[in-house]
Amino acid sequence: MSYRLGVDVGGTFTDLLLIDEETGRTYTAKVPSTPEDSAIGVINGVEKVCKDAGVDPKSINHVMHGTTIATNTILTGSGARVGLVTTEGYRDILQIARSFIPGGLGGWVIYNKSDNLAPLECTIEVPERIGAKGDEVRPLDEDKAREEIRSLKNRGVEAITICLINSFANPAHEIRLKEIVEQELPGIPVSISSEVIPEMQEYERAITTVANSYVRPYVSKYVRSLKRELDRRLGDVKLDILRSDGGLSTAEAAEAYPVNLLMSGPAGGVTGALWIAEKAGYKDLLTFDMGGTSTDVCLVEGGAAVTRRETTVGDVTVRAASIDVRTCGAGGGSIAHVPELTKALRVGPESAGAVPGPAAYPNGGEEPTVTDANVVLGYLPAEQKLGGDMVISKSSAETAVQKTADALGLSLKQAAEGIIKIVNENMFGALRLVSIEKGYDPRDFALVAFGGAGPLHANSIGILMQSWPIIIPPGPGVLCAYGDVTTRIRDEASKTFIRTFSDSSPQELISELETLAKNATEAMQAGRGDKVVDTLFQVDVRYHGQGLSLTVDANFDDIRKNGFATIGQAFDNLHEQLFTFRSDSEKEIVNLRAVVLGPVTDVAAEQIEQGSDDASEAIVSDHSIFYEGKDHAAKLYDRAKLRAGNKIHGPAVIMEMDSTTVILPDHTGEIDPLGNILIRPSNMN
Amino acid sequence: MPVEIIEPNKRPMKRVDVDPITLDIIENALRNARTEMDVTLFRTAMSPGIREQHDAFPMIANLEGKMVVGQFGSFLHGFKAVYNGTLEEGDVIFTNDPYSCAGAVSHCNDWLVIKPIFKDGRMIAWGCHFGHMTDIGGKVPGSLPTDAKQIFEEGIALPPVKLYRKGVLQDEIMQILMNNCRMPDWNKSDLMGIVAACNVAERRVIELAERFGDDMFYSAMEDLLDRNKRAMAHLILTTIPEEKRYFEDYVCDDGMGMGPYKIACSLWREGEKVIFDFAGTDPQSIGSINFLLNAEMFKMFVGTFMIAVFDPQILFNDGFYDLMEVRMPEGTLLSPKRPAALSCRTHALGRVFDMISALLGQGAPDYMCAAGFSDSPHFMYSGYTKEGDWYQLYQISFGGVPGRPFGDGLDGHSMWPAFTNVPNEYLESYFPLRIESYKTLIDTGGAGLNRGGNGIRTGYRFLEPGEISIHDDRWLTHPWGVNGGHPGGRSTKILKRADGTEEILQSKCDRISVKEGDLLCFDTWGGGGWGDPFKRPPEKVALDVDRKLVSRESARDNYGVVLNDDLTVSEDETVALRDKLAKQRGDVKLFDFGGTVEELKARCKEETGLEPPKTPEFLNWFTKKGSTAEAAE
Repeated sequence: MSYRLGVDVGGTFTDLLLIDEETGRTYTAKVPSTPEDSAIGVINGVEKVCKDAGVDPKSINHVMHGTTIATNTILTGSGARVGLVTTEGYRDILQIARSFIPGGLGGWVIYNKSDNLAPLECTIEVPERIGAKGDEVRPLDEDKAREEIRSLKNRGVEAITICLINSFANPAHEIRLKEIVEQELPGIPVSISSEVIPEMQEYERAITTVANSYVRPYVSKYVRSLKRELDRRLGDVKLDILRSDGGLSTAEAAEAYPVNLLMSGPAGGVTGALWIAEKAGYKDLLTFDMGGTSTDVCLVEGGAAVTRRETTVGDVTVRAASIDVRTCGAGGGSIAHVPELTKALRVGPESAGAVPGPAAYPNGGEEPTVTDANVVLGYLPAEQKLGGDMVISKSSAETAVQKTADALGLSLKQAAEGIIKIVNENMFGALRLVSIEKGYDPRDFALVAFGGAGPLHANSIGILMQSWPIIIPPGPGVLCAYGDVTTRIRDEASKTFIRTFSDSSPQELISELETLAKNATEAMQAGRGDKVVDTLFQVDVRYHGQGLSLTVDANFDDIRKNGFATIGQAFDNLHEQLFTFRSDSEKEIVNLRAVVLGPVTDVAAEQIEQGSDDASEAIVSDHSIFYEGKDHAAKLYDRAKLRAGNKIHGPAVIMEMDSTTVILPDHTGEIDPLGNILIRPSNMN
Repeated sequence: MPVEIIEPNKRPMKRVDVDPITLDIIENALRNARTEMDVTLFRTAMSPGIREQHDAFPMIANLEGKMVVGQFGSFLHGFKAVYNGTLEEGDVIFTNDPYSCAGAVSHCNDWLVIKPIFKDGRMIAWGCHFGHMTDIGGKVPGSLPTDAKQIFEEGIALPPVKLYRKGVLQDEIMQILMNNCRMPDWNKSDLMGIVAACNVAERRVIELAERFGDDMFYSAMEDLLDRNKRAMAHLILTTIPEEKRYFEDYVCDDGMGMGPYKIACSLWREGEKVIFDFAGTDPQSIGSINFLLNAEMFKMFVGTFMIAVFDPQILFNDGFYDLMEVRMPEGTLLSPKRPAALSCRTHALGRVFDMISALLGQGAPDYMCAAGFSDSPHFMYSGYTKEGDWYQLYQISFGGVPGRPFGDGLDGHSMWPAFTNVPNEYLESYFPLRIESYKTLIDTGGAGLNRGGNGIRTGYRFLEPGEISIHDDRWLTHPWGVNGGHPGGRSTKILKRADGTEEILQSKCDRISVKEGDLLCFDTWGGGGWGDPFKRPPEKVALDVDRKLVSRESARDNYGVVLNDDLTVSEDETVALRDKLAKQRGDVKLFDFGGTVEELKARCKEETGLEPPKTPEFLNWFTKKGSTAEAAE
């Protein structure tokens, strides 16, 4: 018997999913997270899930894990003290950044930039210069460099980044400097930009490599401690970490390039949603993950999540591939306020967070939040025990929301509905960004809603987006663990390679891509000898002269047959889809990339018991909700008692341990064999 | 005759009640649409000026032409009054003539596209966008000749024409435009991007009207303007006193050896209305530094500044325009008469922002910012490579953000919305040059409780023979400090020839020949300091020194902070020195200009290496037809 284990560590709960590799049988468990050392929670969870399943922990041989540690390190500013080595003349590369100040005209008046991830006093310059074409303009002055590096000794530096001008075209000086740093400052991890992200644009390369150094000691410590604990309890196991782009990375690669893990958490949700929706028969999806402070949305086309070449965490944007998850600052804890001057209703971005939390929660705050509005409207019933034992106070919610009602001159429930409408609109905006504004028609997509608050708002969002059905998967936390366990090992190699189509040749393109594939394969096999099953090739293209680049797939057979024609056509189409026009300008290759993937794990989804279309056995009680300005009689359901084939006619509220689903009037939810609730307008069923 | 709109559907829009929630939803959606316009253009444009630096401004306006979302106020007021023709569905207007749109664009390099948005045979809104073209022909590459005396020398200028008629591109117009530019590929792509952005505005506006109904959408735009007016009225009453305040500042020179040019403005409030009177401003220059300042745009500048300082929650639009009156005497630097040259208006435009800060700030010094990087200095480099290819670079530089009540000024940042610098690796890949340094300049930020930001040194090493042009300012006058803050350092340009000779370049110059191997050190200016530097925590000063943003000497002389060898603060010595320096200084000054104009001129040669500019001479024909003295009364 052999098992694999998916582990997702959230802020409140650690979710685990154990899968029998032969039968596909799954077991789940949920234990409290242990923020001081997440490994403890993970081990507790392992004990629980193995005990429940009657499985010997030693028969688990593969653990997959999504983590938010890299993200949190940046968000809380708790990363390493990073030393930065630059080309002479460029010490202010992070200080000046791109000279950009957000906030529009006059935005500079109030804008304060956060501290550089590598402090200026820990930044040194070395005499050397590589030209734009990779030529050595000035040799590296090793003596001077050594002297400068030694000056960092008393600076308490915990990690070093080397980023030299034009190193994407020739990494020789960076490589040599790395050796010198390792001699002079032994034991301090060194990240060099030509390895982390060998692409043009010095600031972007520097910030990405510095971010890598910034989170590296913490991620490394965490991964090692987790691996040690797992090994101690489970014997020798393989540990893989979920990358931002939805692929898995070996623990070793995760330690060396943690900048690739910044979106590991949200990526788990998307890959999990993708997996369960695919099992239910849907391949074109919008994912909608609404939590306490923010909402993540993403578009999945043809079973593959759209990825992009940059990742943003807080106000740090790095060049690292990630699933194109857009985050908006709207969640259950978002606070509603009415500014004195404009009398406009604003919701968020301020959030009550976990502390004090919404007014309706025990020891909650006093400001009205989205959760409180949901309580007032009956969407989140007082009968719901959050996480199993948290009691909701309807009166506290009403007191809080009354403040908004008074400021707007509306009734309590009208104000609550206003709050919900505004927050829905904010999330609708994020969903538009990944769909309509990219030229996709949301009516062609199903909407998968999860996260603690996703199923509460999903029906309303579905109405705005006209994306049907809405899929509410069972157990939103476990969804991420499903994502962790069902995705593939992935690695990639890329380089900047600027040539107009006419200056390059199909042979040259293929040979460059082959070299990249070889590098990526070697990197992936270096660790534990993982097998490469698929290799994908990508070319970033633009009209010569443009600053953007759009990524299109490349295929060797096609290139041999058609040259650059298919790539060019795909680019033209994408350009028109995104920007409303195509151009007759010459096209230019910008970057080349090879992506290598390990084997696919086929995990069967567990089926629930079949029932009839009558869901009345799951009814808990009568209930009432407020919608579109009036009260509606509704029913309250217990999700655990629902059976496949059941139909629930709105208005209805369905409760489970860690989430609540609202079905609005004139909508119907149908339970599919996997336990998903599929919501559609009643006249569509 | 004003513009006539042809609408097959004659049903007028009806003002209906908009509930507050719907209003917020529509406002939010319009803001998103504006952002989307930006993204569309930035990603598709080709000139580095737009695609990397984002020198472009989108706007969506209501039927009447008032800006509901945007940055620079409505571009439509002047055009609507001047355009003598009809507009129907599918028409797209192009213009780049400042004199045909009352200065909505203020030099010919800014290409403006106006699209009336129709739905079901009725017009429901306007989508507009303009962006700065790298070149539009004329006598010098970049089309910004410092020595132009008339607008005719500054490249092609089209009055409002239909670039599209009923949805069909007018190829002849496109050809006329492209035939008059040195970089037609860039212009074409940039212009198509601007049109595409207006199409995005059209799509989003129509979607909104479909979702909420035409009347609701129309009424919401009106309500948003009203809402802004109410908020601004309150802000004006609470922050602007009735008593008159006055401020003057300068553009250092005109590129022809004369200067400085004075911009003067008085501010007061009468009831709920604010009056800005520019009487006392110098007459229009015979050169190209004139700035055709659109009064509506000026109101927007003031409004955004007030909102940023006093209440960033307010979303700005054109709603408050009735609450401000701008008196701009004709024939002056800010209201030149055709055919005055306009191309180098950037200095006066920037300086207006310093003026606003000073005028508003005198009533609320705690909220006043110092003088900042009030300009967008241009660097241009062009010529033929050894292979015979034409290259042409236009680049905007950045400098020090001033010390502010809310914190230190940023080093080497942009004060223009959305602007960014061009990656140096990109420049080196596409142009025959190498950027040998790109760093902040120590001590250029004015000392203060909140330090002014430092300027930037860009070291351009030229790899091909060519010609360069420079447009800069604040080389003679200082970016002033406030509330005890010191003025920031000034700009300089030094050309170090490969043959070992060195020359200090004028702040504004055209067609300077450079050879392979020459190095240009392009130093921008810092921001003024805010507040008493002797009150800045000594540890912060020590950290600035450790970060090489402030020198040890400046820490001692300007901040009164004495540092030990290991850069820790010598507490006792610091207390004593601060005490002594504070006594010497006396009370803090509200403004510190670093000297009067006369003093600065007297010290000019010694301090800058350049001769002081001569007192400006003016043409007198315009004063005869409407004198500045009369207009000022």
